[in-house]
Amino acid sequence: MTSPLLAVSGLTKRYSSGGKIIAAADDVSFHIEHGETLALAGPSGSGKSTIARLILRLIEADAGRIEFEGSDFLSLNGAALRDRRAHLQMVFQDPLAALNPRATVARVLDDPLRIHHIASRAERPRRIVALLERVGLSAGLAGRAIHEISGGQRQRVAIARAIATKPSLVVLDEAVSALDVSVRAQILRLLLDLQREERIAYLFISHDLGVVRAIAHRIAILDGGRIAESGDARTVIDAPQSAIGKALVAAAPKLSRIERDAS
Amino acid sequence: MSPLRRFLRTPEAIAGAVILTALAAVALAAPLFFPSDPQAIAGPALLSPFQDWSLPLGTDRLGRDVLAELFHGARTSLAVGLAAAATALAVGAVIGTLAGFAGGLVDEVLMRITDAFQTVPAFLLALAFVSIVGPSLGVVVAAIALGAWTGPARVARAEVLSIRERDFVAGARVIGMHPLEIALREVLPNALPPVLALSSVIVAAAILTEAALSFLGLGDPNRVTWGGMIAEGRAVLRTAPFLSIVPGIALVLTVLGVYLAGEGVVETAAVRKSLS
Repeated sequence: MTSPLLAVSGLTKRYSSGGKIIAAADDVSFHIEHGETLALAGPSGSGKSTIARLILRLIEADAGRIEFEGSDFLSLNGAALRDRRAHLQMVFQDPLAALNPRATVARVLDDPLRIHHIASRAERPRRIVALLERVGLSAGLAGRAIHEISGGQRQRVAIARAIATKPSLVVLDEAVSALDVSVRAQILRLLLDLQREERIAYLFISHDLGVVRAIAHRIAILDGGRIAESGDARTVIDAPQSAIGKALVAAAPKLSRIERDAS
Repeated sequence: MSPLRRFLRTPEAIAGAVILTALAAVALAAPLFFPSDPQAIAGPALLSPFQDWSLPLGTDRLGRDVLAELFHGARTSLAVGLAAAATALAVGAVIGTLAGFAGGLVDEVLMRITDAFQTVPAFLLALAFVSIVGPSLGVVVAAIALGAWTGPARVARAEVLSIRERDFVAGARVIGMHPLEIALREVLPNALPPVLALSSVIVAAAILTEAALSFLGLGDPNRVTWGGMIAEGRAVLRTAPFLSIVPGIALVLTVLGVYLAGEGVVETAAVRKSLS
């Protein structure tokens, strides 16, 4: 039995706000296997994004362990941490905010290839074209500025950047939430294709249970920084046991009905 | 509408642009019109302006051509003003970015150093520096920059404090970019616009500081400067006031031109921002 790709145990992060201490992540434990998708769902403020940022070491945990690829990820620092980051990538919710507004598409994709010595300077333009094609974009886009391309194209560029280093785990923080419905479906299909072909595991953070049901193998539902319920994605969504799970499931169809009525 | 046309719509911008263009032309044309040494004697001493048309602005106490000195002085004023401002902006932007991005102890140390520089009057600092190192063009530039980098540093730091929380900085960390590269390549260029808005004020101040240093005899002695010309004319202020007035007017016009053009650029940028 091999160890899981990512094993999180007892992860805790507290913030103090106005004298009160709020736990954004409270003793959170879960694991992700190779090539698997785990969804983190929950209402806003439940700590989903905090957990994503803790796992990526964008913020530091107060307590807990993160084992990634069999080694202690929280003990890494400096160059060792930067090197390991090649295997653990993230796609943000708003690609316009998550990519340097002054950069071109080519530069955004060049950075990871250069930093992790994946390709020589002469070879990189070809790799960039290959990456663009891998996420369904035309090579002609390389010279365009980030602000010149559409939101869907931007998110594809962000995904291309995340997979440039051949990561084993990609954290998708509401990665499709800001996209309109038709683009969302295309991006989800792209993510599923990438997972099938390159065995990438996803930590899929979303409040949209419809999307979660379509893409995730397992789900963990968060409430107030704690995992309220977890299990097989379809089982949990079809028959939630926790109060917050029931509330989320109850809210989802209502929202889609409102969308339909409004149109 | 193109930024250039929008820039030229405001009257102050037009005035500033005209003055600066004329000034740049004068500075560039100086060796063409006056190829010989402007510090060489060209005629009788203390010739009043408009007397002899080969020396239209007359001569100074030693019989040097005032117009030639004025042209060559424009070169020094502009070169020193621009070089000092560019140095101050570059140093200030880098220090402010590093302080704001690194935070913690680095920020504390860098900002206390900035405070220390800011509490000493900039001119005094320049004066002391030139007196110790000795007057030459490079030293004068460094001396002026020494007192001018703190403003850009503070503005850059304030801007960086908000930019470093943006997702694209987190994104750069996620792909494993070195913090120094994130600060200088990702954050700094995005923090520049408000820093560059300071440039007109800094250029104008630098030109004035250079003139003041030269007035006190701390300019590069091998170059004609407007400040030096004013100082030179001071001895004969009652009998030949034009010797001080002519370079004085040039100085006023230059500083005014820089201010007005800078104002126009800021205005243009503001309009573009409100449009987008």
